[in-house]
Amino acid sequence: MEFKHRHLLGIQNLDISDILAVLDTAESLSEISTREVKKVPTLRGKTIVNLFFEPSTRTRSSFELAAKRLSADIVNFNQQTSSVVKGESLKDTVLNLEAMNPDALVIRHSCSGAPYFVSTFCRSHVINAGDGSHEHPTQALLDAFTIRQIKKDFKNLRVVIVGDILHSRVARSNVFLLNKLGAQVTLVGPPSLLPAEFENLGADISHNLDESLAGAGVIMMLRIQTERQKANYFPSIREYRNLYCLTERRFRLANKDAIIMHPGPINRGVEISSEMADSVKSVILKQVENGIAIRMAILYLLLGGRERETAD
Amino acid sequence: MEEKIKARVMDVAKIKRSLYRMTTEILERNRNLKNLVIVGIRTRGIYLGKRISGLIQELEKVDIPVGVLDITLYRDDFAELETQHMVQKTEIDFPISKKDILLVDDVLFTGRTIRAAMDSLFDLGRPQTVQLLVLIDRGHRELPIRADYVGKVLPTSKREVVQVRLSEIDEADEVLITEPAELK
Repeated sequence: MEFKHRHLLGIQNLDISDILAVLDTAESLSEISTREVKKVPTLRGKTIVNLFFEPSTRTRSSFELAAKRLSADIVNFNQQTSSVVKGESLKDTVLNLEAMNPDALVIRHSCSGAPYFVSTFCRSHVINAGDGSHEHPTQALLDAFTIRQIKKDFKNLRVVIVGDILHSRVARSNVFLLNKLGAQVTLVGPPSLLPAEFENLGADISHNLDESLAGAGVIMMLRIQTERQKANYFPSIREYRNLYCLTERRFRLANKDAIIMHPGPINRGVEISSEMADSVKSVILKQVENGIAIRMAILYLLLGGRERETAD
Repeated sequence: MEEKIKARVMDVAKIKRSLYRMTTEILERNRNLKNLVIVGIRTRGIYLGKRISGLIQELEKVDIPVGVLDITLYRDDFAELETQHMVQKTEIDFPISKKDILLVDDVLFTGRTIRAAMDSLFDLGRPQTVQLLVLIDRGHRELPIRADYVGKVLPTSKREVVQVRLSEIDEADEVLITEPAELK
């Protein structure tokens, strides 16, 4: 088992041995966060730059804590307070930061493919922290890690992902990852937010939430991006709620031991009712906790050891 | 890589006798057994630690807890490793502050593993004392570290490899000296 890549750009180009290396490493590292002194010296002297061109609380602070727990130094870059507002291009921004000799760049950008573009010209390891509507690999990995902790196995597991699939990088990364791990994925949402082409990703498609919940072991709700309502993807928030909000009644349609997941931030009362978000079946905060272990694992696997031959 | 077995220096009986002798030494030195805990260094230190704990149980009817330490994250050569080193879990589910710790490893060589293990331990708490037990001391120390309990002192050349095999994970209990095949 070995992680054979120089960058983490997406789930699509990982194979099962890469994925298990990440999940098993995260499993080993999770113990560090329970210690009184939550720090190990492993990445001492390494510098990581958090390069976030989009707002984020969870992912950014999760990467920051992950780096600090491994003793790496981390610099936060905010678009609002940077030279990007003066018109500096992505390439120039990265080249300037690279001149300061970082070891890894963690990038979130609204353009799909931005981390890939950066990886074509920079020396550092690039980690995709969410690019446009393409992929959000660390989110999918922490979701799989959380599912594995509770369900132990992905065989015979049906995962239902509900919401704005069209714009969701989380859904895409999760479909790739869960398929590779052997789970069965059903995508659910209104036709305008779930085009038929999504079948090609290797998932079942449904526009009826009640019907698709039968036999579900994991229900993953996505944030309904209210700003998109202006673009007329659905008639009204109220109609969306009536058809797709996860309520107690709907939850009872799923398996008895089903768990509720959400990548956050949640809109209470829109895609998920408050009772469900706070119920004992909800593992939403467990996902956040596991995010640190997964990101520690990624940093460890990419930055640990001497430069090796890699697959990319 | 091909390797040549040069000598078989310990077998089941010898390993057993030597663990027994070290256990009595431990009992001699640690009057307050209630304060003693064992920490085994992955991988074979765990099994040696468990055997010692079993022997103490047999002789004194006292239960000594055994924890597991993975030192990968504390290695001083981490940045130079050529191959990816999978990190495994550290499992010490008892407090170690103010305890007398018996650190257990199979082979004592340069001393760097023990240095890493002690750094790791001190991140987990402040033990009262740390004692070191090894089955084999093969010399070539690079750090000022020595063991309190030694199964066997084994003079070796640096080229040689000392392999401790334990029936819990290997096919038999034995200690071998091997040498990698000539690179010429």
